Amino acid sequence: MSKNLASPDETTSNIELDLLLEAIFRKYGYDFRDYSRAHVKRRLYSRIKQHELQSFSQLQHLLLYDEQTFQEVLRGLSINVTEMFRDPAFYAKMRTEVIPLLKTYPYLKIWHAGCSTGEEVYSFAILLHEEGLYERSQIYATDFNTDVLETAKRGIYPTSRIKEYTMNYQEAGGKNSFSNYYTARYDNVIFDASLKKNIVFAEHNLVTDSVFAEAHLIICRNVLIYFNRSLQNKVLQLFSESLIKGGFLGLGSKENILFSPIENSYKTIDGEQKIYQKKFI
Amino acid sequence: MPYQAIVIGSSAGGLHALKIIISGFSASFDTPIIVTQHLSPNSDNYLVQFLNQFTQLTVKEADEKEVILRGYVYIAPPNFHLLVEEDFTLSLNVEEKVNFARPSIDVLFETAAEAYKNQLIGIILTGANHDGAKGIARIKQKGGYTIAQSPDTAEAAAMPQAAINTGFVDQILKLEDIPVFLNKICKSKV
Ligand SMILES: C[S@@+](CC[C@H](N)C(=O)[O-])C[C@H]1O[C@@H](n2cnc3c(N)ncnc32)[C@H](O)[C@@H]1O
Repeated sequence: MSKNLASPDETTSNIELDLLLEAIFRKYGYDFRDYSRAHVKRRLYSRIKQHELQSFSQLQHLLLYDEQTFQEVLRGLSINVTEMFRDPAFYAKMRTEVIPLLKTYPYLKIWHAGCSTGEEVYSFAILLHEEGLYERSQIYATDFNTDVLETAKRGIYPTSRIKEYTMNYQEAGGKNSFSNYYTARYDNVIFDASLKKNIVFAEHNLVTDSVFAEAHLIICRNVLIYFNRSLQNKVLQLFSESLIKGGFLGLGSKENILFSPIENSYKTIDGEQKIYQKKFI
Repeated sequence: MPYQAIVIGSSAGGLHALKIIISGFSASFDTPIIVTQHLSPNSDNYLVQFLNQFTQLTVKEADEKEVILRGYVYIAPPNFHLLVEEDFTLSLNVEEKVNFARPSIDVLFETAAEAYKNQLIGIILTGANHDGAKGIARIKQKGGYTIAQSPDTAEAAAMPQAAINTGFVDQILKLEDIPVFLNKICKSKV
């Protein structure tokens, strides 16, 4: 056998990628097997280049024996890009179309799935506060990445982004001055403790963990786009089982429930903003 | 083996360049076209409407997990990367900017190269940055065919020049000659 192995052909490299994802799942419990293949392949490919490796198999060997490498790979695979009041029109619609209906409940359970570093959660908490719903809300904010959850818990963000967030907040129909909600400290702003008190940040993996139960509203934005169709469908089912009848589901601007198994059990509240309501029957 | 898809990357000056190319296709042109044009994050779908005026093909914004069909021109939406899956569907994502751009041409080209291998044509048009150069190299390495707009006919020369400098460009063509060439080497409906 020659020592200089040829660079892997297409079939071989796909087999190796399958085995690598299997190895990650079996060893570390993170299941990327049904993520967008193009996305996963691109991210792992750049990892290989960075480590000056020849193949996915070599990366597999490395991460099976070295947890540090795995952690790096994990960070590379999880995309945490987020902002406050991302897509202001989504929040504006929530305010006019969903909040009035949520006001009819004495107690609210809200789930942010894939909350990343928390900007979305604080944004929605501000909206709940302005609509007089915060005090009766229990907010669960989950992600499978524990690093981002730590940032989310702190609620401290760079001042450099506040201008953009303030504009988003206003476009989203904000009722106060955005600066009421944070205290500026050098290069950072820290969001008010009163916004945090009803939020529980917790680790939850949408692929491998179970339902959340009895939520009135689930917000899961820009997470499903990283999954393939069948995993998207599976996770939508999970949401459906976690929502009460008449509960609401808010997805990202490019995500929807069309052609999914839950499509017919939902009414569209706003097609453009991807807001849906689970039917009562 | 006929080409199964064409990917096009354009940036500064791209509106005009895309118009020339798209309007130059015969009505029976039968190879799907996937375009990443650099756009500002909050732009509307003006580009789609604009290009639709000049062709019998259907120009549309790319949708998440959409199946790639013949007779269509797919445009990457503002603020999302556009990727091609190996089952010939499209994916969108919001990962960090690549080459300061989202959508990035490299992201489209690299994933399309994985999916279509030697049945892909990649084209770099006008632009003032270097996005797409890595992608062109990957397409070539997978056996695909690569074209750059000749820099002297480009409103901004840097992007096609960067692609050419990789040494992986098969053909350098004047803008007007690109659709003529594509009509020749791509399959038509019979
Ligand atoms: C692009 S961010 C979206 C953040 C926010 N929802 C927004 O729209 O701005 C995607 C998040 O999904 C998380 N994620 C990815 N796969 C997950 C999974 N299987 N379970 C839970 N969270 C996941 C990532 O860690 C990341 O924080």
